[in-house]
Amino acid sequence: MRRSEPAGIAGFASAAIAGVFLLCATFAAQAAVKIQEVTSQSGVKAWLVEDYTVPIVSIRFAFDGGSASDPAGKDGLANLMTGLFDEGAGDLDSEAFQIRLDDVGAEMGFSASRDNIYGSMRMLAENRDAAIDLLRLAINSPRFDEAPIARIKSQIVAGIQSKENDPQTEAGRRWLRALYGDHAYARPDEGTPQTLASIGADDLRAFHKAAFARQGLHVAVVGAIDAATLKTDLDRLFSGLPERPELAPVPDVEQKLGQEIRYDYALPQTSLRLAYPGIGRDDPQFFAASLMNHILGGGTFTSRLFREVREKRGLTYGIDSGLVNYEHSAALVIGTQTRADKAAETLGIIRDVVAQMAKDGPTEAELEAAKKYVIGAYAINNLDSSGSIATTLVELQLDDLGIDYFERRVGLINAVTVEQTRDAARRLLSVEPAVLIVGPPSQPAKEAN
Amino acid sequence: MRSQKLRPRLLAAASVFLLIAQFPLQAGAEAIVAKEEVANFLLGNGMEVVVIPDHRAPIVTHMVWYKAGSADEPPGKSGIAHFFEHLMFKGTKTHKPGEFDAKVSEIGGNENAFTSYDYTAYHETISPDALGDMMAMEADRMRNLILTDEVIGPERDVVLEERRMRIEGDPDSLLSEEVQATLYQNHPYRVPVIGWMHEMEKLNRADATEFYDRFYTPNNAVLVVAGDVDVAAVRKMAEDTYGKVARGPDLPPRTRPTEPEQNTSRTVTMKDARVTLPSFGTQWVVPSYRTAENGEAEALDLLAEILGGGTRSRLYQALVVNDDAASGVGAYYNGTMLDDTSFTVYGAPRDKAALARLEADVAAQIQRIQRDGVTESELEKAKNRLIRSMVFAKDSPASMANIYGAALTTGSTVEDVQKWPERLQAITADQVKAVAVRYLRPRIAVTGYLLPDDSTSN
Repeated sequence: MRRSEPAGIAGFASAAIAGVFLLCATFAAQAAVKIQEVTSQSGVKAWLVEDYTVPIVSIRFAFDGGSASDPAGKDGLANLMTGLFDEGAGDLDSEAFQIRLDDVGAEMGFSASRDNIYGSMRMLAENRDAAIDLLRLAINSPRFDEAPIARIKSQIVAGIQSKENDPQTEAGRRWLRALYGDHAYARPDEGTPQTLASIGADDLRAFHKAAFARQGLHVAVVGAIDAATLKTDLDRLFSGLPERPELAPVPDVEQKLGQEIRYDYALPQTSLRLAYPGIGRDDPQFFAASLMNHILGGGTFTSRLFREVREKRGLTYGIDSGLVNYEHSAALVIGTQTRADKAAETLGIIRDVVAQMAKDGPTEAELEAAKKYVIGAYAINNLDSSGSIATTLVELQLDDLGIDYFERRVGLINAVTVEQTRDAARRLLSVEPAVLIVGPPSQPAKEAN
Repeated sequence: MRSQKLRPRLLAAASVFLLIAQFPLQAGAEAIVAKEEVANFLLGNGMEVVVIPDHRAPIVTHMVWYKAGSADEPPGKSGIAHFFEHLMFKGTKTHKPGEFDAKVSEIGGNENAFTSYDYTAYHETISPDALGDMMAMEADRMRNLILTDEVIGPERDVVLEERRMRIEGDPDSLLSEEVQATLYQNHPYRVPVIGWMHEMEKLNRADATEFYDRFYTPNNAVLVVAGDVDVAAVRKMAEDTYGKVARGPDLPPRTRPTEPEQNTSRTVTMKDARVTLPSFGTQWVVPSYRTAENGEAEALDLLAEILGGGTRSRLYQALVVNDDAASGVGAYYNGTMLDDTSFTVYGAPRDKAALARLEADVAAQIQRIQRDGVTESELEKAKNRLIRSMVFAKDSPASMANIYGAALTTGSTVEDVQKWPERLQAITADQVKAVAVRYLRPRIAVTGYLLPDDSTSN
């Protein structure tokens, strides 16, 4: 299908996992990525990292508003729309557009997350002009012709139907409904066969006009292009868009925790998911919570959960925890899967590790090690290719972190005290979580409590 | 909400037959790099070194590749290559278990390892000033690992969970395992990389030690370093670390049992209540980059691209765009293998009842190429796409390291990688037609079907 993971989440998770030891190296890393802010004549802003090592240019941009802004009864509209930008624009019908795109050697992609619509293009520098021209057409003048709409819709419907009997898919749907109730976050991003059937070209045109606006646009460009050329290109791409978006606002939502959702199905493993309260990206305790999460179950082989559940007991192949931040909701989520007959034991151990963390928080030594990791890992995880740099720069803009964030980040992390991480642990982990259990019915998980 | 990432010690290429999923186009990933940019030399003990400098960001990817994969396992010990990969993280004479992980984590590095049919690789992405330490620790565990029953027991449980997660709980993966075991009648590629459950359960310390002593030597390893480094400094560090490890006994040539003549078409069917939309995949045994002659591997890469490589491909245009036969369809060829590999076409119909028709439509597209060949324009565009993908691959030092590591452990050389675009350019339309005729023969095709099971319900 034509969807990619919403980069916002991944970008966040790594940005969230934010050490001293590597101070010199880290400063060098951050200095190496020199970001310029470029403003076009018509006022379109972009962050640019100019680099000529490889003769390619990567552009990535995001508009505010994603699947959560699908109009009522039109679930799946944003996702469907992102499948149609290479299916004809301006004077070029679907086939003509795709032939041109292939001939100029550019890769173009659009995707919708819950909160944003993303676009990107990777092009050979020598074909930049022709590639930008196609991207301009796609952004400003998508055709939404009937034939491609029908075709992409039927591909999405086939994808939905192919998972109709999949226990993980159905469990995931119930999980979202349980957590978010009737909030837009509970709706399936891809829609349903019924809602998709109700979406026509007019709906797509209206949504495109409402969402693709200059306010709420965030752009990053990396590669073989200078600021003057980029200014001209920014105007070509975006100056013709309406000034303001006209999407209905999406309200904030508190997840309903303290509940257990079970989905019984005869599987060789039981998967477990636990949701605790999260923390906003702009919360003063954000870095403290992020460091605490890293110690609890963050992305390395050294976390408490990894040690207790996998290394000591061999109960699972993978276990981790992460801060998941959406525009209107945040959570700390733990996930793993284990042999069906060990589910109760595993859930019990997870709860013990969480309870221990909530009670005593991290140790000084753990915090020290976490800081080192989180400082050093940033460049490695976020700046290793022009595509990932562009992604990171768009996420920084979406999170409103400022163009000087790379310079400030180390200081923000080092300022976190062990007391602050203990506060964060109490705040996030003292609450009874929402628990999702997918697996064979015979294992009473209650025993674990 | 949040999908579990592919986690620790991930297993590469466990399933070869991923319907509709997106798979990396292995062949297209081979990269173009001007010759002078890549250094390639041997240490005194026979360890090969490849250095790919890239100074854009102060990051370096450090990989050690061993020429030992699941196809090198002793009979009856399936899964030992991958299980042993896990055990490499368990501590040495001088570093306690967990110390390696803690060290990498402390410097903010990324680490992991993966196992495939022909190789096992260990890698860290780190800041360049930590490279010397990483090399010292990686060289240390090449020979000084301590394996006790205390660490082996829980880790065996971990790989059993890994098998349950990746294979047992997923009808697609179970099917692709058994298709593979049907496609290959004699060659060890028929055995899954992760191993068969009943054999994995019995793997023990003696098996691990034997595998370690046989394959984990400098003369059976390739060091690949890509990123913000200079060649002379890497050479010095490598000599001071890996260079101090004693050369092992010469390994015998990697000669595995080969395929007999295949004379039958075969089908493998998996029915499962979780499946709603049927799908199929058809495979043939074909030459790999190492075993091919006269440009046949390059021609197979181009055939896969033209037939089913993307939205401009014949299959996609004919069966998705111009007809509503398929919801997904395509073809792929994995040429980066030591021995004869496979070529696959696959599809899922849009209408649940129309699997047979889709299968016939796909076969008709293959027959068209076998009869009429491909056009010059198609061929040129396919070449441009594959060569372009190599320019894009240069954007990531880690992917460059992967390309060279996989090539060098499957019988190719640095020069082979670098001259790939030239060889690709030289392929003619007739050569593409010829490989289609020679290899994609219906009489010996192996087809896997993933079907709904209407007889059971949960």
